[in-house]
Amino acid sequence: MSSSVERFDERARREADRVGTTVVHRGEVLRHPVYTRVLHWLVAITFVLSLLSGFAIYSPWLYRFLTPIFGGGARTRLLHPWFGLFFEIFFLFQFLNWLTPMIWTEADRRWMRRIKEYTTNEEKIEPEDVGFFNGGQKIYFWAIVLSGVLFLITGILMWFDDVFPRWVVAVSYVVHDLAALLMLAGFIIHLYEGTAAAPGTFRSMINGTVSERWAWTHHPAWYQAVTGRNARESYERERRRADERERAIREWEREQDDRDQI
Amino acid sequence: MSNPQVFQIQEISAHPGPVPGRGTQRAVQVCKYIDVTTCIGCKACEVACVEWNDHPFRETTFDDTYQTMPSTDWNYWNLIKFAEDERDGNLMWLMRKDQCMHCEDPGCLRACPADGAIIKYENGIVDFNQNNCIGCGYCISGCPFDIPKFNQNTKKVYKCTLCSDRVGQGLEPACIKACPTGCLHFGTKSDMVQIAGLRAKQLQEHSGFANAGVYDPQTIGGTHVIYVLHDINNPERYGLPKAPVIPPSYTYWKWLAKPAGLLMAGLGVLAVFFHRVAIGPRVPQPEDPAPIESQPDTIEAKRKEQP
Repeated sequence: MSSSVERFDERARREADRVGTTVVHRGEVLRHPVYTRVLHWLVAITFVLSLLSGFAIYSPWLYRFLTPIFGGGARTRLLHPWFGLFFEIFFLFQFLNWLTPMIWTEADRRWMRRIKEYTTNEEKIEPEDVGFFNGGQKIYFWAIVLSGVLFLITGILMWFDDVFPRWVVAVSYVVHDLAALLMLAGFIIHLYEGTAAAPGTFRSMINGTVSERWAWTHHPAWYQAVTGRNARESYERERRRADERERAIREWEREQDDRDQI
Repeated sequence: MSNPQVFQIQEISAHPGPVPGRGTQRAVQVCKYIDVTTCIGCKACEVACVEWNDHPFRETTFDDTYQTMPSTDWNYWNLIKFAEDERDGNLMWLMRKDQCMHCEDPGCLRACPADGAIIKYENGIVDFNQNNCIGCGYCISGCPFDIPKFNQNTKKVYKCTLCSDRVGQGLEPACIKACPTGCLHFGTKSDMVQIAGLRAKQLQEHSGFANAGVYDPQTIGGTHVIYVLHDINNPERYGLPKAPVIPPSYTYWKWLAKPAGLLMAGLGVLAVFFHRVAIGPRVPQPEDPAPIESQPDTIEAKRKEQP
């Protein structure tokens, strides 16, 4: 099973790379191939559409703001299950694509124990055992998997509510909301971490590459796996280089100043 | 005829903020009272309902009973239910006119997410406005009496209006008008409760129905359609729930937990924003340019300052 999934994913990545391109410049590392990037944005677009159309129906306070986006309440209701269905389909492929790197490990447990240090930025560089995804990213992934399953089951129950008993639909209503809130909480953090919280991350989903600095700062074990170099040593080397460069420039500037004074 | 009356609105489904003009006008509570003990199952009310509401005549479903069809439908709002029961070893028909109960606390309205699709008037009538209906069908699961019905073609939900168009003109509902035995009555809620009570007492004292009583379930604040039943202790025999309730999903969850969830989401957005402002981003290391305290010249300068 897992090997056939891997074969499928590898083929999909290969085919996507034939159509699209990823340019890796010097000092950069390939992070997300074309297949992953396209899937990510298909999932993202259908998720945001589902979220907006769902929130229109979720709360009377949002109904008037959000239903006009989709052409009125009735059309919002009509479109929402379809947005959701496409989200489920695209996410299924992403699920298969990321199943292996998202497996929970001992390193992730250690990462979770220092979540406080992570959020307060106490250490500038991640521990050396943080791989392609860190513990937080994996939790978000598995939260989406859980929500996705709940969305699908309760969504079908509510879509065909004339077929199912009254209490089943009423319970589904609450579970669907809870799944949405769980996912929204993760989504807010995800948006923040992917943009403002970690500069240099957003381009990994657009260009597909990240800088080497980004790689050894956020995912040292992954950096070591793809480059063969130790993250901490590379960082120290880069720091010495930067210091040397800085010192040389200062030296040069001082010489210039001295010459001007003469 | 009398001038068309504009009903004062009491509640609007999924409406944020107050109901315009609520409480500015006094309204008489209307009520339909059905005495099932004198119903003969003639179905004149069914025909009158279809006629008045201009519903197309439709095929019925025969399932070995005298009932026109198994349940009410989007274009068939009034149905006599024939329950076969026993009394003194003989067959006894329990014939009950099934239609919207116009609950004082309407489950359909509680469940509805569409602004203005369901309205409750001050006089107690619960009415659907199909222009605002989005066809989600939540009202169907919110109703304890299985009344709202979905139309697959229009994607809207329909139900009995208590002939709000007739009542507004000073007329009684069409079903009342058509009843030949006088088992259907229409008037104010207090009047109907009173005469229903008298009828129940009469049944208890003179007709041998010791358990006769008035069905006006208080679990949903009472209804604007009340019944006199032979046996008030077992309304299930007539297909009526003993204690109808609205699922908590549409009451507590919708009005308490849902805003709480939204609030949490809003706080979450604020939290990440202020995290960025106060704590700042995780920048790839080493930073370019390096922070002041780690710049070599500054460190040297600091060293020189020390004696």
